[in-house]
Amino acid sequence: MSWAGPEDIFLSTSLATYLDKKLLVLLRDGRKLLGTLRSFDQFANAVLEGTCERLIVGDLYSDIPLGLYVIRGENVVLIGEVDLEKEDLPPHMTRVSTAEIRTAQKAEREAADLKGSMRKRMEFLDMD
Amino acid sequence: MLFFSYFKEIVGREVVVELKNDLAIRGTLRSVDQYLNIKLENTRVVDQDKYPHMMSVRNCFIRGSVVRYVQLPPDGVDIELLHDATRREARGG
Repeated sequence: MSWAGPEDIFLSTSLATYLDKKLLVLLRDGRKLLGTLRSFDQFANAVLEGTCERLIVGDLYSDIPLGLYVIRGENVVLIGEVDLEKEDLPPHMTRVSTAEIRTAQKAEREAADLKGSMRKRMEFLDMD
Repeated sequence: MLFFSYFKEIVGREVVVELKNDLAIRGTLRSVDQYLNIKLENTRVVDQDKYPHMMSVRNCFIRGSVVRYVQLPPDGVDIELLHDATRREARGG
């Protein structure tokens, strides 16, 4: 990944082809950021403008507006070009408000915690 | 440098890149660099239902440091050639 000349830029691994495009950035902690790439370097450090975080819980999703973000390259897993014609998620998914997604997130976390604690209590049964 | 050279040889072929977070992506290898960062085209996530947010992504850049495996086309490796190149590189080029 480097600053390639104009003739081979479309064949290089440089992020230059993604400049000023709407991108989906997947981070190592599983977060999904949507925004416009304004700058980058050889470490995949990136500047995203108009960034939103997309939260998905089951069939619900919500975009939380964040603003201008500088992402440290080591946290980047994948940078995907978002196809503007089919930007949307599968049709069965519903867009909800920030408050609703937070509630859904909490419910999911509590369900997971409960499952964990149930398993812990059943451990003496030594199931495998 | 050997694997970099090797990946350059298979540009244009279809591969499956499995990441350290278990996400597996099938796509056409568009380019690769010295860090083994990879660019894929016409990507499809192997387990679509689990990763709905990837539906709208057709081209992507994958940071080399997060790659676990690259599954190659079955006829994509010339073992003899790779063997020779390995020895040549081990001798110091």
